Amino acid sequence: MSMLNTVRRNLTFWRVVFALIMMGGLYATFLRVVYGLGASTNLNDQFPWGIWIGFDILCGVGLAAGGFTIVAVVHIFNIERYKPILRPTILTAFLGYVLVVVALMFDLGRPDRIWHPMVMWNPHSVMFEVAWCVMLYNTVLALEFAPAVCERFGWHTTNRWIKAISVPLVILGVVLSTLHQSSLGSLYLSVPSKLYPLWYTPFLPVFFYISAICVGLAMTIFEARHSCKALNRPMHMDLLGNIGRILAVLLSFYLLLRFHDLRHREVLDLLLVPRMETYLFGLEIGLTATGMAMLFFRRIRANADALYVCSLFVIFGFLTNRLNISLTGMEAASGTHYIPKWTEIMVTLSVIALGFAIFRFAAKYLPVFEEPHEEENEAIAEPVEAEELVLMR
Amino acid sequence: MARAILYDSTLCIGCKQCEEACAKRWGMPYNDKVAAEERISAHKLTTVQTFGEKFSRKLCMHCVEPTCASVCPVKALHKTEFGPVVYDEERCIGCRYCMQACPFQVPTYEWSSRTPRVKKCNMCYERQMAGKPTACTEACPAGATICGDRDELIQVARKRLAEKPADYFQRIYGIREVGGTSVFYLSAVPFEQIGLNVKVPQEPIPALTWRALSFVPDVVSAGGTLLGGIYWITHRREEVAKAEGRKGGHK
Repeated sequence: MSMLNTVRRNLTFWRVVFALIMMGGLYATFLRVVYGLGASTNLNDQFPWGIWIGFDILCGVGLAAGGFTIVAVVHIFNIERYKPILRPTILTAFLGYVLVVVALMFDLGRPDRIWHPMVMWNPHSVMFEVAWCVMLYNTVLALEFAPAVCERFGWHTTNRWIKAISVPLVILGVVLSTLHQSSLGSLYLSVPSKLYPLWYTPFLPVFFYISAICVGLAMTIFEARHSCKALNRPMHMDLLGNIGRILAVLLSFYLLLRFHDLRHREVLDLLLVPRMETYLFGLEIGLTATGMAMLFFRRIRANADALYVCSLFVIFGFLTNRLNISLTGMEAASGTHYIPKWTEIMVTLSVIALGFAIFRFAAKYLPVFEEPHEEENEAIAEPVEAEELVLMR
Repeated sequence: MARAILYDSTLCIGCKQCEEACAKRWGMPYNDKVAAEERISAHKLTTVQTFGEKFSRKLCMHCVEPTCASVCPVKALHKTEFGPVVYDEERCIGCRYCMQACPFQVPTYEWSSRTPRVKKCNMCYERQMAGKPTACTEACPAGATICGDRDELIQVARKRLAEKPADYFQRIYGIREVGGTSVFYLSAVPFEQIGLNVKVPQEPIPALTWRALSFVPDVVSAGGTLLGGIYWITHRREEVAKAEGRKGGHK
């Protein structure tokens, strides 16, 4: 009984926090709409992109990368064991991308013209490519999540149609994700004289792609933990531990590539220069490397709390990376100093809070966490050999 | 015949007539307060900057291969054959990628407007099309800013360097910078001493992003094939299982 009370008190606390954030967000929205970007942000001609791009979009898209990663694992590599975490991951990705578009509406000077890239083409622009990918991938994610809605309302015909195109849909989703996750890095290829050389490299798109997959996996662990706690479900520790193992390998690969990149560009000595960029670079690599190192220990991977801490290290390492590239790494060349205005922070917090709220709502009313019924399951009875084969690659 | 501007810092007297003429041509207010600003902004598209006893001007460089035009997702900016890089405010969505990407920090934004536009010098496109010089050229009493054919202006600049070697730092800013610009600078001192960015790449920046973008068809075709192939392989075991009469398989 006392536990129930604690839960109830917690819920109320979070509801109050949520309400406060949303109220602040609404007021910030009012300021943005009525008084424009100048009054609602600390952006200026020297520093035109702030946290709405650097955090809401760059980090948001990356954190939603679990969607295409787990979809590829389950549907392309046919590792059926991961099916229980498929739907929550797709839902998170879908919400993530929708919220990225919401944030973009705040950041665009003319949000009423957000549709322009559909009819006014510039194939030479990375931003144009990203716009199309995000637009198409949002559609793919909506269709990938649609079965949950169809099952809930008994729309079996629609469900069958979506299932019929599921294979090309899944492949399209992975291809689109590969394109725009890397292209968010390509956006910064156009600032060779502005981005600090610890981060500016021709391999930005490659690094953005690999780190997105890593943080997607870390987010899967992070979400599993939170949704299991909130909805009082058991955690799939075997699955999550294995994800941790894959993550450890990918992160080592990623960090080694980052090191080799610095070496080949002959900028390793920059690491000895005592300035802000060096420390923040150290923080980014340190967080990521700590997460990676921890994940190599079986005991850590098998422990729900420790595994969760690992995912936090990886996530924060990722966030530091994206913010370094979009904000701190750009500051020195801009000749100005940028600290986000409270309105920028408030909008960002509201967008995140909104994401949490919609996720909870959807998880409550839609079959997100339920195991799909046998007849809907495309699985075979004994997929064990196939799994092991694929895992060994 | 592409148009260009040559600014000779050694001739400039810092009178700011170019600023006033520019403001007038755009219909922007110009007063002592605006004159005192040494930074370009949405209400001041060119400015004279003071570096000790030297002067310099800041305005759009009208790159031969402009970064702003290549990064704009909706082609709101483009390089005309005539030389100027021009902006179409009807297309602009306000993503400000042009501002972020411009190596010279030129495009500015109407931050306080509810329907903001990007603002930058367009080398008096319509004036030059009508055969007139740019407003700043016309206003300059010292001949420090002149406009004309790009190739001819390079010849003029080279001649000045050769005729008065002692008066000039022996280089023309704008020939190699980002693969070439349509605004050239001559100076008595190294260019960084009059506020010019000498760290910009010596190759066109659009090539850097295009190198990555050109892989898009590769990713789509090769990636799609690879993923489809993996799907085919991993799901083949189900077919085998089905053929061997084991339980399960596709419905």
